[in-house]
Amino acid sequence: MNLAIRDIRYHRGRFILTSIGLGLLLGVVMSMGGIYRGLFADALAVLDFAKADIWVVQQDTNGPFAETSRIPEDIKYRIRAVPGVAEASPLSFQTIQIERQGKPFRFFLIGYDLNGFGGPPGIIAGRGIRQKHYEIVVAKAMRMEIGEKIHLGLHDYTVVGITGKVVSSGGDPAAYVSLADAQDIQFKKDNYAIRNDRERIGANLAAIQSLSPAQAKYLQQNIAGITESTHTVNTVVARLAPGADLKEVQERISRWNHFRPISVEEQTKILTKGMIEKARMQLGLFRIILLVISAVIISLIIYTSTIDKIRVIATLKLIGSQNRVIVGMILQQSLLMGAIAYGIGYVLILLTYEKFPRRIVLEPFDLQALFAIVMAICMISSFVGIRKALKVEPAEALGG
Amino acid sequence: MYAIEVEKLTKIYGKGETAVTAIADATFQVKPGELVAILGPSGSGKTTLLTSIGLINEPTHGKVVIDGANIADEGWIPGLDLKRIRREKLGFIFQAHNLIPFLTALENVMIALEINHLTKTEAKHRATELLISLNLGHRLNNYPTALSGGEAQRVAIARALANKPKVILADEPTAALDTENGKNVMALLKKLAVENHSAILVVTHDHRMVEGFDKIFEVRDGVIAQETKRDS
Ligand SMILES: Nc1ncnc2c1ncn2[C@@H]1O[C@H](COP(=O)(O)OP(=O)(O)O)[C@@H](O)[C@H]1O
Ligand SMILES: [Mg+2]
Repeated sequence: MNLAIRDIRYHRGRFILTSIGLGLLLGVVMSMGGIYRGLFADALAVLDFAKADIWVVQQDTNGPFAETSRIPEDIKYRIRAVPGVAEASPLSFQTIQIERQGKPFRFFLIGYDLNGFGGPPGIIAGRGIRQKHYEIVVAKAMRMEIGEKIHLGLHDYTVVGITGKVVSSGGDPAAYVSLADAQDIQFKKDNYAIRNDRERIGANLAAIQSLSPAQAKYLQQNIAGITESTHTVNTVVARLAPGADLKEVQERISRWNHFRPISVEEQTKILTKGMIEKARMQLGLFRIILLVISAVIISLIIYTSTIDKIRVIATLKLIGSQNRVIVGMILQQSLLMGAIAYGIGYVLILLTYEKFPRRIVLEPFDLQALFAIVMAICMISSFVGIRKALKVEPAEALGG
Repeated sequence: MYAIEVEKLTKIYGKGETAVTAIADATFQVKPGELVAILGPSGSGKTTLLTSIGLINEPTHGKVVIDGANIADEGWIPGLDLKRIRREKLGFIFQAHNLIPFLTALENVMIALEINHLTKTEAKHRATELLISLNLGHRLNNYPTALSGGEAQRVAIARALANKPKVILADEPTAALDTENGKNVMALLKKLAVENHSAILVVTHDHRMVEGFDKIFEVRDGVIAQETKRDS
């Protein structure tokens, strides 16, 4: 006869309530693990989508995600010419926050070369970008519809396609436009600012006595051209030719071009170690605290339920029960409570994780490890109760 | 052979100034099939006597022999498996029935059998039989809280009898019952002593309850007086 289950059956109300409480706690622990994995997945998704081997960025920076990196767009030609590089394509990134339906609306805008790579990884509705201008592909998470218009910079953009779950390292959903549009949105000044700048440059040049008016005019056009140029990108991504050696190619790029070529592996390190390390430690700390709280709660529950059963335990001892019967009763109850609470937490997370504002990734390994930890906690927590139970004297069964 | 032999049994609680001699130099014997009462007022040492015989409290001095086995001689005989002797040779009945609240009547009897290594099926069979013989056939699946005082005490008796012990020790088994139920319980014990050929030692402070007992010992301040034969 299983005394643990008999006791639970008799006190099922109390047992279910405590299990639900613990289950909620474990659900939070699971979600934190999921958020951590989600941070990881988000950070790496932004790397993954381009399917590039090398990220070329501004020298001495950890760009383009961890730090700002600005490089001229046309170095793509020079990168393409590097032996061992199969293709290279420029990309621009910017985080945009506008007002939409009265609420702040944040997303990560990726500009890519329509003739290169690094565009939306999978279109799940509509189509990809075909026209050079004013078309946008948005992530599903942005909840926009095909045909909808969105005002960015100086122009309106029409949603032509929906892509899946690409997000920025900050967790914002990603949208795609052509590189030229992205550069416009990022750098283009409005007409008033352009006129202002031109006049200011003109006035400055006119003040230089030694310039002839023709020279001044020529200079003014050139300077204005440079200041109005938007041909800047954040990175040029490159794919290696079959058989090319990554290290060699990296070295060539940095030696010849004075840019920093970051391999995917290095980029992963920058993103995970640098950007999400703090979040990871914080989540880890919370998880440990919550597990300690769970352990304390389980100990308390098992201890009080042992105290409630002192007379039962004394009676069992008096009629000659072996210690294993008594230890088994307490231990099994503790493990059962842990297992049921875990189950409740798991179901809870399974039902809700898609509704979390941030991505939650449930890794089977994490869940199994947590289960093992919970079982270990239950076992350790029941020791207090078991110790108490073993000290009970059979004589305590006697008397009123 | 006696079922219970007690010789110069003394139990002293505590040491030095605060020492309390709860039982002093008790000597008596109980034969199998005999129903014996220990009668005395509260605090006279009845429970102490019972627990000293029942391998619950270690006797300070004197000898205890249960069913031919030496249990104590100036303290417990070293190396005894007390729990095993308790579950194989002894049955206990308490003042409060001490049924396990989360087990049904049937399960309360079954547990005593299962800890004595009977299979679940055997235990269930024997427990059901026992409870039916004690007129509890309609109460098998009730929890103790749903039983009347008399019913609960009969379940406790069934549990004490489950392993067919040679000796049954009952501590004020009628104290929580009204007179009529109390007398019924005592009558039942009398019947069981004869039928099962067990020695039954009943402790009580209520002299109205000891009708029909084979022997009655009166105890006062830890001292057992001579056996009193009573006219019924
Ligand atoms: N565990 C104990 N420690 C110290 N003194 C005890 C203990 N148990 C009983 N006594 C004392 O021993 C005496 C006999 O008690 P008890 O055997 O319980 O009597 P009864 O069962 O007849 O009421 C009382 O004076 C009681 O206070
Ligand atoms: Mg007493």
